[in-house]
Amino acid sequence: MHFGLLISIKFPQNILELTHVPLPFSNLKFINIFLFFIGFSGIHTVMRIKSAHIKQQLSRCVIREDGGGRTGRFGGSRLLRRMEICVSEAEKRSCRNAVSMLETFTVYLIETRPLEPTADGRNSSPDSVWRRYSEFELLRNYLIISYPYIVMPPLPEKRAEFVWHKLSADNMDPDFVERRRVGLENFLLRVASHSVLSNDKILHHFLTKEQGWKDLVHETGFQAKADSRLRALNAIFRVRSPNKHLMEVKHYSDELQSYTSQLLRARTRVADRLYAVYKVHGNYGRIFSEWSVIEKEMGDGLQSAGHHIDAYAASIDDILEEEEHYADQLKEYLFYAEALRAVCRKHELTQFELEMASQDLISKKQQREELATGIVRTFSFKGITNKIFGQEAPEQREARLNLLEELTSEGEEAVKEKTAECDEHAERAVTDILQFKEQKDKDLQEALISYALMQISMCKKGIQVWSNARECFLKM
Amino acid sequence: MSVGAPRGLASSGQKLITEMLHPLSAAEEQLSPWPDVTISVGVEKQEPGLTNGTPVEMSNPASTLQLIDRLQLDDELEADTQDPSETHDLFVTVDDPKKHVLTMETYITYRVSTKTTRIEFDLPEYCVRRRYQDFDWLRTKLEDSQPTHLIPPLPEKFVMKGVVDRFSEEFVETRMKALDKFLKRVADHPVLSFNPHLNAFLTAKDLNKRQGLALLTKVGESVKHVTGGYKLRARPSEFCAMGEYLDTFSQKLGTLDRIAQRILKEQSEYLTELREYSSVYSSWAGSEEQLQRPLEGVAGCVTTCCGAMEDLSDSTSQDFLPVLREYVLYIESMKNVLRKRDQSQAEYEGRLEAAVLRKQEDRTPIPVEVEKCQDKVECFNADLKADWERWQRNKRQDFKQLLTGMADKNINYYEKCQAAWESLLTVLQDKQTEDKTSETN
Repeated sequence: MHFGLLISIKFPQNILELTHVPLPFSNLKFINIFLFFIGFSGIHTVMRIKSAHIKQQLSRCVIREDGGGRTGRFGGSRLLRRMEICVSEAEKRSCRNAVSMLETFTVYLIETRPLEPTADGRNSSPDSVWRRYSEFELLRNYLIISYPYIVMPPLPEKRAEFVWHKLSADNMDPDFVERRRVGLENFLLRVASHSVLSNDKILHHFLTKEQGWKDLVHETGFQAKADSRLRALNAIFRVRSPNKHLMEVKHYSDELQSYTSQLLRARTRVADRLYAVYKVHGNYGRIFSEWSVIEKEMGDGLQSAGHHIDAYAASIDDILEEEEHYADQLKEYLFYAEALRAVCRKHELTQFELEMASQDLISKKQQREELATGIVRTFSFKGITNKIFGQEAPEQREARLNLLEELTSEGEEAVKEKTAECDEHAERAVTDILQFKEQKDKDLQEALISYALMQISMCKKGIQVWSNARECFLKM
Repeated sequence: MSVGAPRGLASSGQKLITEMLHPLSAAEEQLSPWPDVTISVGVEKQEPGLTNGTPVEMSNPASTLQLIDRLQLDDELEADTQDPSETHDLFVTVDDPKKHVLTMETYITYRVSTKTTRIEFDLPEYCVRRRYQDFDWLRTKLEDSQPTHLIPPLPEKFVMKGVVDRFSEEFVETRMKALDKFLKRVADHPVLSFNPHLNAFLTAKDLNKRQGLALLTKVGESVKHVTGGYKLRARPSEFCAMGEYLDTFSQKLGTLDRIAQRILKEQSEYLTELREYSSVYSSWAGSEEQLQRPLEGVAGCVTTCCGAMEDLSDSTSQDFLPVLREYVLYIESMKNVLRKRDQSQAEYEGRLEAAVLRKQEDRTPIPVEVEKCQDKVECFNADLKADWERWQRNKRQDFKQLLTGMADKNINYYEKCQAAWESLLTVLQDKQTEDKTSETN
């Protein structure tokens, strides 16, 4: 298996391949990049494509020194070693829904390309599948049911929340759609790089089979399990001897959820205020302009200073738009916290079921013993009726005894199964949680770094603008 | 509006400027570092009480001519930066505020220090304590005795807003700076600085304010006694332009003030949210292990930025706004002077008209008073124009300084923030490489 870096430019109808560069590094994680220019050997580059047209079609990527990129963050990528995946486009569609109403929704283009050349040595052409958000949701729900011990990567938010006032809360807003596209791609990359999830058949079909995928999913019968699981998870129950470690993790997940949502809210408020501060400065530009009219020597200096301050006031829009990327990273972990909690709850549920099954077994055993020995240790209705109406016939007793034997052995089986399920779940969950924690630490640290970089860039812009204005004032 | 070739005064009995003995010609020390000597030469011929150039018979044109000559001279010396009529021989400073608590009242006094080489002052150095009332007295006296000149404004007398504490450090500091500016402007003024009231203010142990310098008040009143009922025919266009400029300028300054206040308000609300934002990072750090240091680092960084923003806001309210407001007062003073000029011109025109009519009727010659009126008007105009020039120059300097200062403070703010984030970035990136190496090991 070799690893390669595919560099290409994408235009609406076709992909222009520039070069396919094979790389010798063994632990190279690579990413899907559409770039015009790359340098290797230790160059840390962040590419951000501003043009609206290209923006729609290319994704933002980060290349790091060891060559690992966004997918470099994603553990040992099984599926990703074999194919590259990207969500490259978004389109609006309309159709009549079940109740004959015209519905408008957005579909996203998933493109996959196997990396290894086919048997005849050529690179195969990419597969592409159009999917809408609800299909992603379906996939995720299926995966949750099928792999309850995995901390499931989250989808981007369904509706825009934590908006600062300028940002549109409209699902059709192009910026929202763009950020959602990135989020969906992120989801797929995370799933495809997961050691367990990447092998799932339904996932493969999702990526390659546009028609009939939904039927496949429903055939698995996961929906029924989903409903009952939802009910159970929402129920309140107490576990006698909960798994200490998982309880701690659950507590942590609550904290993570609380802090990330607090942070997102606070950030929104800060963004609103900062926007106001910058925009009010725009008034200076106007007043300097008016003032410069009545001045002789001071006029030019004032006028040009005013222009610079106008530019300052306008700069906040881009600054805050870029910060949304940071907010998205926080949101991902807000939702991840929910997923983490779900794993813990699932274990609790399993544990509870186990305890119920054990209880049931104990009571069955007791009943059998009573029946067999005739000694009534516990109060039972049968006992009372026996006393009142007399003992039952030996055949009936025999039948009941046999039934109880059966039930007891069934119960023992059930307990054994449940115990195994519980232990297995716990074991796998603990492994995945560990992986999740490592991932989280790395991701959030990276997010903080990029946030610091954003702040530094904002400060530099501010210094630049005010220095320019200062020059103009000096010329007054 | 530069003073070009000096115009001869068209009033009767006055020689043209070119014929008059150049007051500075007596001394060779035109370019001496002690220009006060030259001033004294020109002035010592006259009574010390009349050195202020009040419009009295002979002394007025001399002082104005002096002014014009100095302007002419200094044009050759230096270009635009320096005010040609600055004398640099009288230095005053206002500092050291102290609170005085008496049974009847509490007030603040400031130390007024003077250093001078002028002979009008007995000693080279003086140090007295004055309160706001004293400054107010001085200004009133200056206005009365120099009605044709623009007197710099004082900071506001009454503190209307009940919220402001008269004795708070900030308020006292701001007021003191304004009083210092006021005195410096007066001391730098070629005419005002010789006013005996200023002398008394700077030197007397006890300002006995009731005893005016009667001589001067009488003199000053001759101009003040402009009876109403005279309508101005035609204001010379330059004074119209001045008036319009002042109106527009005052309006713009008002808007600037409002904008600055709005910015302060927004900045303060931003600050509140920013503090909350920082505390969330701190709280989150508490529940993390690996991320604890990075998160705390961010919290610290945001807090630093809060401090920097506070500094920026403080300087806006303490340095920027007071100067703006003071200029609005300055503009009002200037408008007053323009009005007085109008009145004096109106009086002259009215009297002239009356006299001409009478002459036509019964051949009485035009009385001397009318000619005196004309002189007054012309002196007023000349004084005003000179002061206007000065004022424009000063205004340009002051606003250049003010706005550059504002830009500096903003640059400062961003520099502090950038430094904080950059040091955090190094910490974060170091940690990241640290983690990577431990990972691969």
